[in-house]
Amino acid sequence: MRTALGRLRGANNEGLLVAVIVVVVVAMAIASPVFFTPATFFALVRSSMVPLVFALGVLLIMISGGIDVSFPAIAIFAAYTTVRWARDGNLDPGLVVLFVIAMVVGGLLGLFNGVVIARFRLPTLIVTLGTQTIYKGVLLTYIGSLYISASELPDSITRLSDVHLWDAPGGGFLHFMIIPVVLVAVLIAWMLRWTIFGRSIYAIGGDAEAARRVGIRVVRTQVLLYTLVGALAAIGGMVYVILGKNANPQAIVGTELDIIAAVVLGGASIFGGRGSVFGTVLGVILVQLINNNLVLVGIPSTWQRAAVGMLLLLGVTAQALGRVRSRKRPVIVQKEVEA
Amino acid sequence: MTVVAQPVLEVHNIVKTYGGVHALKSVSISLIPGEVHCVAGENGSGKSTLIKIISGVEKPDSGSITIGGSRRSHLTPNEAIRSGVQVIYQDFSLFPNLTAAENIAMLSELADRRKLSSRKRIYADAERIVGELGLKIDLGAEVESLSVADRQLVAICRALVGDAKVLVMDEPTTALTHTEVDRLFTIVRRLQERGVAVMFVSHKLNEVLQIAQRITILRNGELVETGPSADYTSRSVAKAMTGREVSEERHVTPLDPDAPLLLDVKNLTRSGDFKSIDLSLRGGEILGITGLLGSGRSEIAEAIFGIRPAQSGEVIVAGQAHKIGSIRDAVRAGIGYVPEDRLTQGLFLDASIADNMVASSLDSYRTKYGLLDRKRIRESIADLFKRLRIQAPNVAAVVHSLSGGNAQRVVLAKWLDRKPAILVLNGPTVGVDIGSKEEILAILREQAAAGIGIIIISDDIPELVSSCHRVLIVHEGRITSELVGDDIQADNIQARLAA
Repeated sequence: MRTALGRLRGANNEGLLVAVIVVVVVAMAIASPVFFTPATFFALVRSSMVPLVFALGVLLIMISGGIDVSFPAIAIFAAYTTVRWARDGNLDPGLVVLFVIAMVVGGLLGLFNGVVIARFRLPTLIVTLGTQTIYKGVLLTYIGSLYISASELPDSITRLSDVHLWDAPGGGFLHFMIIPVVLVAVLIAWMLRWTIFGRSIYAIGGDAEAARRVGIRVVRTQVLLYTLVGALAAIGGMVYVILGKNANPQAIVGTELDIIAAVVLGGASIFGGRGSVFGTVLGVILVQLINNNLVLVGIPSTWQRAAVGMLLLLGVTAQALGRVRSRKRPVIVQKEVEA
Repeated sequence: MTVVAQPVLEVHNIVKTYGGVHALKSVSISLIPGEVHCVAGENGSGKSTLIKIISGVEKPDSGSITIGGSRRSHLTPNEAIRSGVQVIYQDFSLFPNLTAAENIAMLSELADRRKLSSRKRIYADAERIVGELGLKIDLGAEVESLSVADRQLVAICRALVGDAKVLVMDEPTTALTHTEVDRLFTIVRRLQERGVAVMFVSHKLNEVLQIAQRITILRNGELVETGPSADYTSRSVAKAMTGREVSEERHVTPLDPDAPLLLDVKNLTRSGDFKSIDLSLRGGEILGITGLLGSGRSEIAEAIFGIRPAQSGEVIVAGQAHKIGSIRDAVRAGIGYVPEDRLTQGLFLDASIADNMVASSLDSYRTKYGLLDRKRIRESIADLFKRLRIQAPNVAAVVHSLSGGNAQRVVLAKWLDRKPAILVLNGPTVGVDIGSKEEILAILREQAAAGIGIIIISDDIPELVSSCHRVLIVHEGRITSELVGDDIQADNIQARLAA
């Protein structure tokens, strides 16, 4: 099984994805002369940051055998509540405190998801579909529906909005927020690979009943996981506010499809138990590449949604085909006996 | 056993009821280090409940458990694990997406309450236990890619990587071939030498007698008998399990010499699987096909039924040549097939017995307006329900609530309702207990007597001996020998299989 070709392909088709990205990039470069510039590249990096944070959360849930569609609602709920609180009180407690508040809010919303899902063993899609609308409704009714512009945001946020890590010579720049985003990605990759908690997530996604039998506390792990993913969504929401320099309570919700498509393309199994951070990063890049640049190559932007939908189907089909191949039983007849 | 050791685990007078039904009625059993203790019983005899109580998954209504010298009313799963009780479940409970090494080490990593995982430690732990048991497993491979037998080895290693004192194996041989069973027994004996108390739960008589030092037999939740295995024969165990005389002897009515030739297969070939297969089947005949796993025996059956069609060769059904390129072709030619994995391939588990019975023959109940003839359907269902003696409250019962033997009968009913001329059965009694097995074979004999031609693909030798008119032995994709009539004896088949 582990041949040279197999290694190149990666455990979750990561190699294949790299190849697809290269093909798309080459095709776009041929189709449009303005595509292959540093500006395009840094715009891609910038637009991938928030989706990547969300995608990491979706990845964790998907590995555990679930699917989460409430993360955009949690993200905007947590981020908006935080900056609204700062605005209304005319406070600026500093970035760290703002992030902590957002993460606590996000964590609590995630905890609610986790408790409902784990305790009552309900299907994750339906539960998070429900909580998504609940969170959004609560946000708009009780917290506020006002658009908060740059001038009303805490200074610590607006100041960070314009910090460039590096200005590229040919135009374009690398935003400072790449640092926390990469940090989060590395941390999650580390957690998945090297902690018992991370391995337990894979185990639960592989076979929840078996996990229970070897002594993994499944309910506890799931509740913890959903809380963590809620906090992660809050980080994504804050990054979104910082990059966009505004807080709009109507934002983010509706982007689920792009994120889930990216994670599935990145090789995470919709049946649970499989997926990697590296693959997810690639999946996000591919989806953003398509989203950002279809217009550049002359395809009307109305096709964007269809393109992402097709990518999602493609990802799922690739997985299904992979499963069939691995299931096919080996033929054991050793040799043809010649008469 | 000459050395009398103290039991490591004892259960006393355990009673367990589920909603008023007695699953266990005052059962006591003790497990001694270095002894293999077989618990035998039919489906529903209480074996699984007993395992659940020992592993702490279920709490008994009354009775007590003594483990490591302390007596208590029940165990929790974690107490059981910490006291050294390990269960290898029938489905192994492994993680298909993780490597063999991680599966093996997971349990001890969790037991040590570790926070961080270390690949080095995992492989060291896994290699140590694999080495101690003298096994060969590809530790880096994902469990999903391993064979069933290797998965079981992984489960055994996992159970023993900690300090297991009691190992419970629930029906460990169900999915294994003869050679794999032999290998498993070698390992069980090695465990015995290490002083592990093994509780081996099974309903296969020959295995029970082969491996056990002590036998306990359960029937309907009651302990019927217990004693040293030397005191038992397969006949006495079967009698204790079923409560009646069960015969596995040859029970074959002579074939009518004028019976018509139903099936004539000539030169059937599919490269890599089988080559130049010739076989024939007459009305009323029961033909057995056997061979080792991978010999091509199942592939031949699947080709005749069009699941994976042959590349060349002729299939003549009742004198007429048919090209079998798909399942549809086979069904049209009058061939029925009961698949190997009956639970996933042959039944709608959540549908009723009635719906399952007519599932594949609805076409034949069409009225002239293209609607279903409800009355005729009801009659057929009632007739089949009675004819096959399915034990269920009524035909509306859901199939997954049935025992293995009854589920198998529903599959048979489904195929019989199509009134096939030829019925091919792949492993018809795999996973079925001995009483049901006898009845299923009796039903097949009845159907054959009514003129159907029956082919049984099986590696259960007693089953072939007891019911077949002829047995073909397949070896490396070819039919290597044919046994007819009284030549069909267990040792004859065994010798030819090994050749």
